[in-house]
Amino acid sequence: MDAVVFWALAAGATVLAVAVFVVDSMARATFALLGSFLLAAGEIILLGLAYLGVVIVVMMIMEMVIMAVFMVMYMMNPAGLMPMSMVHNQRGALVIAGGVFAALAAGIFLIPWPTQGTHSSGADATFDLGKVLMGPHMLTMMLLGITLFATMIVTVSLAAARGRYDRLGDDLEGGSRQ
Amino acid sequence: MVVETAPLWAVLVAPALLTALAGVGTWADRLVEARAAGAASRPEAVLTGMVSDAARLLVAQRRATLAPDRLMWRLGVVVVPVAAVLAVVVVPFGRWAVDDLGVGVVWFNAMEILTWAALWAAGWGPNSFWSLIGGYRMVVQGLAYELPHMFALIGVATAAGSLQVGTIVAHQRHLWFAVWMPLGFVAYLLSVLGFSFTKPFDQPAGADLSGGVLVEAAGADRLVIAAGRWLLLAAGAAMAVPLFLGGGLGPGLPAWAWSTLKSLAVLGVLVAARHRMPTIRLQRWVPVAWLVLIPLTIVQVLVAALVVLAR
Amino acid sequence: MSLQVFLLLAAALFCVGVYGALSQQSIVMLMMGLELMFNGITVAASAFWAYVGPGSPSDQVVVVVAVVAMAVEMAVGFAVTTAIFRARDVDMTDMAADLKQ
Repeated sequence: MDAVVFWALAAGATVLAVAVFVVDSMARATFALLGSFLLAAGEIILLGLAYLGVVIVVMMIMEMVIMAVFMVMYMMNPAGLMPMSMVHNQRGALVIAGGVFAALAAGIFLIPWPTQGTHSSGADATFDLGKVLMGPHMLTMMLLGITLFATMIVTVSLAAARGRYDRLGDDLEGGSRQ
Repeated sequence: MVVETAPLWAVLVAPALLTALAGVGTWADRLVEARAAGAASRPEAVLTGMVSDAARLLVAQRRATLAPDRLMWRLGVVVVPVAAVLAVVVVPFGRWAVDDLGVGVVWFNAMEILTWAALWAAGWGPNSFWSLIGGYRMVVQGLAYELPHMFALIGVATAAGSLQVGTIVAHQRHLWFAVWMPLGFVAYLLSVLGFSFTKPFDQPAGADLSGGVLVEAAGADRLVIAAGRWLLLAAGAAMAVPLFLGGGLGPGLPAWAWSTLKSLAVLGVLVAARHRMPTIRLQRWVPVAWLVLIPLTIVQVLVAALVVLAR
Repeated sequence: MSLQVFLLLAAALFCVGVYGALSQQSIVMLMMGLELMFNGITVAASAFWAYVGPGSPSDQVVVVVAVVAMAVEMAVGFAVTTAIFRARDVDMTDMAADLKQ
């Protein structure tokens, strides 16, 4: 049963990943990427990490919906009604990607992985993660927090054409605009 | 155990119960509307009107637009009710939930966020100006209500020390979370109105866009998306009960009766809010959500954390 | 079902991402390739959690870091695209090549 679910999810995730670069419509490309993420999250849940799997579902739906907005904004042909090619060095990219895959696959099957059976008690995984993030990996957690905070400031200051004085006008009390 | 996972056939019962709750909500809504308009307002007349409207939509033709993205359109329309039904998987009805997942709260959150993607796709699909704007508005609205919603859920999960809905219910044996986390409760109810794009947050389907995401949805499409909207509202109301109002816990009556009564009460409040409040423009709502609601709900989480530490 | 098949899936997702990141001209499409590479990494880390040293929470931390990295990458990517686009109406990597001078 698990094997059937695994292969169905894996095939779906890979096909949708390829579809991202095949379909003409940007909206469809974004949603194909979303589908690939959701199916990969299914694999993660299958492995016993229910919390991380569902969190990835949450994150990726939000991210991809926002991504769709930008895709439509920046692509010349968002709906794919006039197909055009927007690639460079396609053969080189294919060769490199294929080569990387071959190398990784060879490694996957040649390396004697130190497997110690499967870990099945998924109930504690969430608790473990919380304990380790609030304990030994506190530094990681804090760095992630600071990184996200810095990202917010950097992205807003990079992307905003107007400063705060534009929003409220010269008198910071507001009232002069809108 | 306060909540346990029901046998497999509950998979069929849960959508039926959700549909019934949504039906009661729609019926009450139409009754209030008819009374306000001074029209014929006998309850059974309103009910037959509802059924005949649904039947008419079912046989009406779909609208054809120029160069639509049919796949995205259908997907978006269908996912709206599907998200509501999937969300309700973790909501206990009395003692039983379809599956009391260990990460139930996050699951509910994920299914609720599905409506962003669904409405954007439903707005994008028909290749129509107004409906696309409606889809974009849903993204803006989502970004406004989502963080208060998440912090409200985090407050509840912190107080109970668990993401499992059953454990959250068990922790409210003595005191409902709504009593000592009122900010979280209000933020949650507002977000329910938000993700079901119901007045006052109906800008994605606003009258100023002549229907927004609904403008090109006719026939069965319209029925599915309108029903999905009410199913989402009902799912949000049903989830408020285990999160904030002690689930099926209560004196005298059996647990399923308490769940039903509380769900209907929350749904009644939401329907009343829908009629009492005017549509709020997103330009005005987003600053309120980000500058007022998010800090308040963060304080709420802090309070919950301190209470847990002191306990 | 074994570690190998999960890693194979991760490698497949990663390599589709590599292809996208290398071949796409548009910055936003390039970022979709990067996101797919992260997708492969999360699957691989989860597989390691389940099969190698079962249940070690550090593997979960890798997934968390990867998810955060995805969010940061996308946010900064779009901000930079917006800034470049605003400055000179460019949204393709080739046209932004003179930035390195």
